[in-house]
Amino acid sequence: MNIKNMIIVGMADLNAVRDPGVLTTLGLGSCVGIALYDPIAKVAGLAHCMLPDSKQIQNNSVEAKFVDTGIIKLLGLMQKLGANRRLIKAKVAGGAQMFAHNATNESMRIGDRNVAATLQILGGLGIMVIAKDTGDTYGRTVELYAENGAFIIKTIGHGNKSI
Amino acid sequence: MSNSMFPQMDSLHLDVLKEISSIGTGNAISSLSKITNKRISMEVPKVMFLEFKDVHKSIGDPEDMVAGILVSLSGDISGMVMFILNVHTARSLINYFYEKPTATNEFDELDRSALEEMGNILISSYISALGTLINKRIIPSVPTVALDMAAAILSVPAIEFSKVADGVMHIETVFSAGADQMSGYFLLVPELESFNVIMKALGAF
Repeated sequence: MNIKNMIIVGMADLNAVRDPGVLTTLGLGSCVGIALYDPIAKVAGLAHCMLPDSKQIQNNSVEAKFVDTGIIKLLGLMQKLGANRRLIKAKVAGGAQMFAHNATNESMRIGDRNVAATLQILGGLGIMVIAKDTGDTYGRTVELYAENGAFIIKTIGHGNKSI
Repeated sequence: MSNSMFPQMDSLHLDVLKEISSIGTGNAISSLSKITNKRISMEVPKVMFLEFKDVHKSIGDPEDMVAGILVSLSGDISGMVMFILNVHTARSLINYFYEKPTATNEFDELDRSALEEMGNILISSYISALGTLINKRIIPSVPTVALDMAAAILSVPAIEFSKVADGVMHIETVFSAGADQMSGYFLLVPELESFNVIMKALGAF
């Protein structure tokens, strides 16, 4: 891992890099981490979105906050770096339910809704989701490597993996 | 600074929110002092506003394990209150229930229920101070505890904030008993309508 090349993507934030860049987001909880990758141009993009739908919220000027507007903005950013939209594939992580109780409460199920919205919007754009590690009850740190599209997931007590 | 992040609020609203948070926190610490029978001193709470993209820098290492105790609110006010504490503080609080000089990163079921109970006492005192101040009935849920990466725990209140704002407000409370320095963060996240109820009750609208 080359820390020098690593760019941190915060909450309600997104970024895109060319090879040899690496994008990371630390401690995804109920938010969803959407990793997009063009393997030919070697351009990677990562968005850390908090809510599924910008149209349901009045205060929606920060595009990266929402799955729907975040994906569109990220695609634009990647295309500026030379990515070909038709070659882009997706990997998805996060959307955990951090607190066990109140599973019926709508706002507690936000993780599931973030993941569902992500899959739906990517599907609508014709972007294939080739791997995901979502749901469950624990936080995830993710790293996306522009060199090869590897998406590394790290947890506390639930192991680490590459998807 | 804060207005762009909390478009519905002006500086008066923020002052009101700071004030009720301080009162709530003070009440919680005083309960803690009573149950532990220890003199607990508290620093003036520090209120912070952070943009979402900076939240991960706010509470130390975003990947460090912390304990979060969450209570949802119903009654006249809906929303949530979360108390976040580092592992050292969590262990100290548990030790007030029963001494257990074990490794600090391992929390078993008994530890979790001790934390839940401690969280219940602290958050209930916090909420009761708030309810008295605004003369409203606020019903706290049973608390739940999660131990995980700080940023992941924070995502839960941050998402609630995100529905009405572009940032998070949190209140850092440093408290200590003797040489044992502890610190925690209270996050009060009223839903938009409840926020208006609070402001009206305090004459800020």
